[in-house]
Amino acid sequence: MYSRLSFSWTASSWAFALLLVFPIIALVYEGLKPAEEIFQHLMATVMWDYILNTVLLILGVCIASLLVAVPAAWLMAMCELPGRKHLQWALMLPLAMPAYVVAYIYTDLLEYAGPLQGALRDVFGWQNSQDYWFPEIRSLGGAIFVITSVLYPYLYLLARTSFLEQSVSLMQSARLLGKTPTQAFWRISLPLARPAIVVGMSLVAMETLADFATVDFFAVNTLTRAVYDTWLGYGSLQAAAKISVMMLFVVVLILSIERYSRRKQKVFQKALTHEDDSRFVLLGWRKWAASLYCWSLVAVGFILPFAILINYARYYFAASWTAEFFQYSVNSLVIATIVALIATAIAVLVGLYRRLDTRPSTVLPSRLSSMGYAVPGTVLAIGVLIPFGWLDVQINDVMQWLGMKGPGLLFSGTMIALIAGYLVRFSAIAVGAVESSINKVSPSLDMVSRTLGQTPVKMVRRVHIPLIRKGCLAAILLVFIESMKELPAALILRPFNFETLATYVYQFVSDEMLEYGALPAIVIVLVGLVPLIFLNRSLEQAH
Amino acid sequence: MKKLVLATLALGSVITSASAVAAEEVNVYSYRQPFLIEPIMAKFTEQSGVKVNIVFAKKGLVERLEREGKLSPADLVLTTDISRSLELVEKELVQPIQSEELESNIPAQYRDPADQWFALTTRTRNVYSAKERLGKLPELSYEDLADAKYKGKICTRSGKHPYNVALVSSMIVHHGEAKAKEWLEGVKANLARKPQGNDRAQVKAVYEGVCDIALGNNYYMGKMLNDEKQIPWANSVEINFPNQTNRGTHVNISGVSLTKYAPNKANAVKLMEFLSDDVAQQMYAEVNYEYPVKQGVAVSKLVSSWGEFKSDTVALADIAAQRKTALKLLDEVKFDL
Repeated sequence: MYSRLSFSWTASSWAFALLLVFPIIALVYEGLKPAEEIFQHLMATVMWDYILNTVLLILGVCIASLLVAVPAAWLMAMCELPGRKHLQWALMLPLAMPAYVVAYIYTDLLEYAGPLQGALRDVFGWQNSQDYWFPEIRSLGGAIFVITSVLYPYLYLLARTSFLEQSVSLMQSARLLGKTPTQAFWRISLPLARPAIVVGMSLVAMETLADFATVDFFAVNTLTRAVYDTWLGYGSLQAAAKISVMMLFVVVLILSIERYSRRKQKVFQKALTHEDDSRFVLLGWRKWAASLYCWSLVAVGFILPFAILINYARYYFAASWTAEFFQYSVNSLVIATIVALIATAIAVLVGLYRRLDTRPSTVLPSRLSSMGYAVPGTVLAIGVLIPFGWLDVQINDVMQWLGMKGPGLLFSGTMIALIAGYLVRFSAIAVGAVESSINKVSPSLDMVSRTLGQTPVKMVRRVHIPLIRKGCLAAILLVFIESMKELPAALILRPFNFETLATYVYQFVSDEMLEYGALPAIVIVLVGLVPLIFLNRSLEQAH
Repeated sequence: MKKLVLATLALGSVITSASAVAAEEVNVYSYRQPFLIEPIMAKFTEQSGVKVNIVFAKKGLVERLEREGKLSPADLVLTTDISRSLELVEKELVQPIQSEELESNIPAQYRDPADQWFALTTRTRNVYSAKERLGKLPELSYEDLADAKYKGKICTRSGKHPYNVALVSSMIVHHGEAKAKEWLEGVKANLARKPQGNDRAQVKAVYEGVCDIALGNNYYMGKMLNDEKQIPWANSVEINFPNQTNRGTHVNISGVSLTKYAPNKANAVKLMEFLSDDVAQQMYAEVNYEYPVKQGVAVSKLVSSWGEFKSDTVALADIAAQRKTALKLLDEVKFDL
């Protein structure tokens, strides 16, 4: 349909995609080496438990997120509630909370010695843990609860956007034909929003798969922990890589389901005016029940844990208000900004490449750049070190051959490795956001601009870029938030004397002394909030 | 333009914060935690003028060192147990160093005969018992933990944690693989809950009444007594030194090794010697309640109040040699699941 793109575009798309996928290729290569005895041993003993736990965790989080987020999204998009203007962005706030911080706080609150069980014992006169039953927070269920409470906003965000984009006339038709709001929801809204919901769930699923800190804290043995154990305990990179490859397989599976679900989706953006008066107005108890429901989501995922953090920080303020703290904040900010910008640039590059060149192979760069998303950070770190370490050795060898002193480590052990690690991990988010935005640009616009004699590059600049600006903004912000929270890769890849806020906070969490790290944790959250509010503003203006 | 300048400034501050600019410096990969190591390093810099650059991590530093190969900037690795020290030797990532000072400071059983690793402190694997429900258990042995009378009463952190792996390894050394596995199955059957948290969290669980017995290293007692919130936890338990009637209590070390390609070797050796000498040894004892390896350096008041005890004299290298077998047994009995 289109003339071939310039060589430089093609080449840079492939180059970036390959750079991002290289660490994973290195891992797969390790994983394909002959199976060691250790892997057999794992398969014979604990591996199936790990797999089962992983599957249960992902299913649990996905189902819980679905049940929690979709109704909230629909209420926010379609109904008029008291305080809706505040609620609709408040519902996204939990996204700024690092899961391991929330895990710590709920453990403190809900465990045997916590205030809740203590109060129950006082009220009912129970003497010890044998007298009554209380759910154990450090368990699979607890992990599902905590992870869902901070990840549901992904699904909420996508589902709400999708509901908002649905043509009002469809809903009006449904109502005119005598359907109740509930019927309209099941028969119109939900089927139309399904692709967005599946995308949201796949994001949630992959975030869950890659989580380490929370499952570690809750002693839930998932594949991520198996990878750590195998690599760092048994010291076998091959076996660890094998498990990672299994996990990659799960990712590919999740991604394929996601693609499959929207294979026939061709709904392009139209200039919609979603007038407020078209919303259902909830009355009586329904109004209050709906409000209460939404606010309780915000309370569980954000207000309560954040209030407790502030309380910790008050007590330990003097101990945490230090010069280092400021340096770590700047470190986190700068790294997250760089990563967000680069990731989005790559996403735009590969996304448009695919759009403009319709040969089937052009989809590959965008798929390849998304592969790193579910690889646990520690494994990814090693994946990054393999090619970078090799490159460093080559450079130094050449320099020495030329009779010069080698520069030492240029890539591994420097900021470059750290940034690369983040990019490999988070490009998928940017690619997803930008791609869905590109897909909404009607092809007829391309046809028109080409007919009017624009070159592909000019068309991109004058048609596509302006139309996908919002998608790019969303990509930058989401990657930024994730980079602020990123932990395991940073722990291993960081240079000397270098801390990010996340590594600094985790140090306290892993020692079960979050109180001392409350202030930096608050900063992570606050810095994450700014982009969220931005993101919401821009969504609001869109409709 | 203004924004660009600001961004450049911010980026610059990040890069300089991460780079090591001092001429006299030494680079350390540390498995040990910042709050303990930083004051000791500050003291070293104060005395010698040598700047110390550190990467702290609980996991993956050996692997990073391995990947960096001969280009690695690291001079020293600080470890928290013997297995890690031996792993460095096994992977040929470290080099021997002959130093009279190290030899005179560190007794022979606490350093590698081939001079590739050196212990800086020792720590015991203790059993904490609920003061009110069990009282002190002077006769207790690790073997007793598998006894059915403790059913549902024991708490521990993950079996895969290096401290527990070393303990299991020592059981293998003393009783053989089959018996050790039986013991592990017994202990697992006695657990009050799935292994979780760190050593301190186990004592907390005793305080809460979740269990009566907790496994933990000796120095956690001191640390808990130093934290207002944790004092009641510490006061709810007795600290016991197992196996006093036979082979003695299991002992592990924290250690240091010089990397194979250390670029600042002279400074690194200086730092190693400093760590093994009076000032640093005393800080280890006072700040972290560990047992200093150097003879004549006093343990802290608290630690000495627990009295003398007999420690297991089996060679540390023999224990470390059983690490993989121990891990396998832990998987076979599904200790953590």
